[in-house]
Amino acid sequence: MMAFAIAGRELRSLFVSPLAWSILAVVQLILAYMFLTQLDMFMALQSRLLGIEGAPGVTEIIVAPLLGNAAVVLLLVVPMLTMRLVSEERRAQTLSLLFSAPLSMSEIVLGKFLGVMGFLLIMVLMIVLMPLSLLAGGSLDLGMLFSGVLGLLLLLASFAALGLFMSTLTVQPTIAAVSSFGVLLLLWIIDWAGGNSGAGQASELFAYLSLLRHFESLLKGVFDSADLIYYLLFVALFLGLSIRRLDADRLQH
Amino acid sequence: MTTENILIQVDQVSRFYGSLRAVDDISFEVKKGEVLGFLGPNGAGKSTTMQILSGNLAPSAGRVRICGIDLLDQPKQAKALLGYLPDQPPLYRELTVDEYLLYCARLNRIPAAQRRSALDVAKQRCGLTEVGRRLIGNLSKGYRQRVGIAQAIIHSPAVVILDEPTVGLDPIQIREIRELIRELRDEHSVILSTHILPEVQAVCDRVQIINKGRMVLTDTIGGLQQRMRGESLWLTMRQAPELAALEKIVGAGQVEALGEGHFRIHTEQLEQLAERIVLEAVANDWGLYEIRPERMSLEQIFVDITTSEYGVDAERAVS
Repeated sequence: MMAFAIAGRELRSLFVSPLAWSILAVVQLILAYMFLTQLDMFMALQSRLLGIEGAPGVTEIIVAPLLGNAAVVLLLVVPMLTMRLVSEERRAQTLSLLFSAPLSMSEIVLGKFLGVMGFLLIMVLMIVLMPLSLLAGGSLDLGMLFSGVLGLLLLLASFAALGLFMSTLTVQPTIAAVSSFGVLLLLWIIDWAGGNSGAGQASELFAYLSLLRHFESLLKGVFDSADLIYYLLFVALFLGLSIRRLDADRLQH
Repeated sequence: MTTENILIQVDQVSRFYGSLRAVDDISFEVKKGEVLGFLGPNGAGKSTTMQILSGNLAPSAGRVRICGIDLLDQPKQAKALLGYLPDQPPLYRELTVDEYLLYCARLNRIPAAQRRSALDVAKQRCGLTEVGRRLIGNLSKGYRQRVGIAQAIIHSPAVVILDEPTVGLDPIQIREIRELIRELRDEHSVILSTHILPEVQAVCDRVQIINKGRMVLTDTIGGLQQRMRGESLWLTMRQAPELAALEKIVGAGQVEALGEGHFRIHTEQLEQLAERIVLEAVANDWGLYEIRPERMSLEQIFVDITTSEYGVDAERAVS
């Protein structure tokens, strides 16, 4: 599978530059701080929670907010990872190496996508290590943790697919970063329309389109295949658009 | 000549950029073991043609076949037979030479077991054995160009397309690269685009001159040298005779006196005339010390062709 060769090269290029390491370090630092404050709060509340029937457990109080915060932080980070995918190659004119090799456009796009996903997977693993460390002194709702991590990965896959598409549109990495950040943020907050202006049909639609909404139910441990399909369609849509956009480079315009 | 020996077949290819006709109805063939020089002034459509041949651009009209495989219908199979060095070598500066070439080998579907040996052969042919572990970003331009060529030949493609491979190199590096291109001829067909004329004379078997998107000349190097034979003789003498004395030998109106003992004689029978002039000069003690046929340089042919009516035509077509 040639896509893995491209993905491997992407990962390697990320890790030989300081960018990957600094992003990993900064994200880990910020989330560790959030994790610890959440843990602190849980310790303070613990005695009172014991008395309440059906009170939220450690997974709800610590893990769900941690993953939710991770999603917000990564909303800022993923555009920085995806911005260079195609635009930088276009600028350095290295794209012709891929175009003249016996590869299809879908292999190129899939390879780039998998490269970023590989990096994000490493990042998510490091984040998940923090709640897993709680297993040393107690028990976790592993099903809920799994559903939350799955949600985070699906969300990040959508971020990456959109960022990749934005990167195919331009020669300037910064433009790709700004525009993917803008679109992601818009899709994140698009359900605000529902909150403010009553329950019109349009706002229902907006709420349904929101990236956040589908993530929230997974964070609560509710696994709905509609959410899974939403994210898969989102990823497929933007990967498909990227393939078309790259193909257009060769064709008449 | 059987069709199996034709590795590249370009059939009436055109390419437009908007209303600009960058390549206009070009057809040619390249046979096995041939080095084809693609010559043209800047902006003539050389790079566009190279990009079409390498599958980086789709032609607006026409067909390209590599070893009989259509580049548009079966791009993967056709591209596997191609090696391409664009005018900017497509290098990842953050990788080492070895990493980069292994990646290229993998992209070109060389089986894992053979990648190492393919890498060694390509490095050895391009003189990169010493720099395998260095970062491409730290190499000099000449070495980067060689890495670019190594990338194009690592999978031993039938056809190697090199777009201005010697631009920006020093004379020694240029000679080495030309030597390499000559070696490539043994196993590959090479298409070489350039605007440097001596390069064509040095390495190519056949020349095509393109101007404003049109093919204006296709000839072998031998044919080109025939064209370069001029029709005049250059003389320099210490005791120059009267113009009339020379005209008596040559015929009236064909001699140009250029002063200080220099003469130019226009004729179509260079050999016979030269002999007679030398005999006369000795007999009359004219002190002849220089006599040579004047050749048109490749430059002159090139300028003649690219500024002739074809150029005017193409200009009209564009506007």
